[in-house]
Amino acid sequence: MGDFLTGDWGLGPEGREALALSLRVALWSTLWALPPAVGVAMLLARGRFPGRALLNGAVHLPLVLPPVATGYLLLVLFGRRGPVGGWLEESFGLVLAFRWTGAALAAAVMSFPLMVRAIRLAIEAVDPKLEQAAATLGAPRAAVFALVTLPLILPGVLAGAVLGFARAMGEFGATITFVSSIPGETRTLPAAIYAFLQTPGGEGPALRLVAVSVAVSMAALLVSEALAARVARRVGGA
Amino acid sequence: MLAVDIRHDFPGFALDARFEAPPGVTALFGRSGSGKTTVVNAVAGLLRPEAGRIALDGEALFDAAARRCAPPHRRRIGYVFQEARLFPHLTVRANLRFGGWFAPGRAAPGEFGRVVEMLGIGPLLARRPGALSGGERQRVAIGRALLARPRMLLMDEPLAALDEARKAEILPYLERLRDAAGVPILYVSHALPEVARLATTVVAMEAGRVVRAGPAAEVLSDPAAVPALGVRDAGAVLGGRVTGHHADGLTEVETSAGPLLLPRLDAPAGARLRVRIAASEVILARARPEGLSALNILEAEVTALRLGEGGGAMVQLRAGDDLLLARVTRRSAEALSLVPGARCWCVVKSVAVARADVGRAAAEGGPPAERAPGA
Repeated sequence: MGDFLTGDWGLGPEGREALALSLRVALWSTLWALPPAVGVAMLLARGRFPGRALLNGAVHLPLVLPPVATGYLLLVLFGRRGPVGGWLEESFGLVLAFRWTGAALAAAVMSFPLMVRAIRLAIEAVDPKLEQAAATLGAPRAAVFALVTLPLILPGVLAGAVLGFARAMGEFGATITFVSSIPGETRTLPAAIYAFLQTPGGEGPALRLVAVSVAVSMAALLVSEALAARVARRVGGA
Repeated sequence: MLAVDIRHDFPGFALDARFEAPPGVTALFGRSGSGKTTVVNAVAGLLRPEAGRIALDGEALFDAAARRCAPPHRRRIGYVFQEARLFPHLTVRANLRFGGWFAPGRAAPGEFGRVVEMLGIGPLLARRPGALSGGERQRVAIGRALLARPRMLLMDEPLAALDEARKAEILPYLERLRDAAGVPILYVSHALPEVARLATTVVAMEAGRVVRAGPAAEVLSDPAAVPALGVRDAGAVLGGRVTGHHADGLTEVETSAGPLLLPRLDAPAGARLRVRIAASEVILARARPEGLSALNILEAEVTALRLGEGGGAMVQLRAGDDLLLARVTRRSAEALSLVPGARCWCVVKSVAVARADVGRAAAEGGPPAERAPGA
């Protein structure tokens, strides 16, 4: 018990490596996915355009598709010989397949629908009449968004980010299909748990990693709930 | 000068409105559903009509023929909504400053302080909208719209969501705004007493059409406009000047029709007022009545008569330069031969004029000066 805070929590070097990698992957995937998630949520909540239902479906696809299928599609598109992957490597020298960046992309794709949902709910709670009022005060669209909409949905955006982060921490199927499970490069927390379970005597470390997962996910859910409650208070306080 | 001429079809409702709003307060008056808010939204740019033109000081804001429709933020038209629509995440001060960030040019020095003082919202600046009363919110909303330095101000029933006490609290601020700010105002209302206190021009709407428009004193005392304005609330507006206060609790107001004795008013001698006299509170007599408790007896001449569909009649009378409106029964109208040209006396009880019926008048350019003699 004494080394609970200071020790390595009995994770061992491989476990610590997996935890660090997972945190890095989840952080970057959240940072990449957040701005487009806000944009898409805005489009879905406020936009009236043909193909809106299609966009909505496409965004939610990773939520209902088998993760392995998503991972395979990513491999086909972003693999070194894929149409997007080949172009990225040629133009920017950026390789995603079997790299941690690829794991971040897979995690971003998988957590995107959750982020969009949370942010969209926050946007729909904002009274468009406030945005109209801002326009009559001379504010152009971008300013209305930056000064009225965004501050009002900020707790919702943060809630979406936290939820997305937690989802990214737990991503397994798409990641292992797209970037495999290379220790130190793409072996994230869930992949490490799986690997431990495949080795004799690995139950102990696996269980400890599971405990870490539970702690991270639970914390994320609590934070997300608290932020969602705040968005309701903020918007309702008009 | 705002010129509106627009048409728009809604399912089950067609708007076809044409009117002009000169400087001062133009009241867009009519029942709920008569299309007032639609007109105001079109002027603000929140609604794009199917056809027509809207021009402010000669500049087209909307012109269907030229396919021109300026977006709301380029119109520089302030809008005070029925629900204040303050930004809940900003303090009162930041709400007030909001429009200034986008208005062209620099604010006149001291403008912020002047508006805050005029609306009496100084003590609220550090608060958030959630902590304000309905009346306070509405005053902040008015200040916010004003500080965006608009070319015109739209007010869509800004008092409708408030109780009588709050209304009485805000009306004086609106009068000050009309008299001091110099911004033309288009004021939507379905409450005639409010219109009588504030408007210099009245545009009456019914089922999407303008049925009567003109200077307030003229329209409000027009028997023909009564169906559009509502029989129950009909009443003329007289301009007057306080001449003094009597020891017995009455205030004397001089009008062109003669002196009026009213319950004590909070106005210094010399103050210009506008007094609404409800048509249903006026008694007509063909001979000068005597031994009457009513204090105000004004000599007048019948100028117009309109028989109602029921047993009522509206009589318009000229007393001095002022027009009065009296609601009597058809039977009385016939018994007294109240035809145009008939001389008679209008009897008005002092206590029939409520506090809310008396408002400040503009020092100049208000209704008394604008009244056209030939009405």
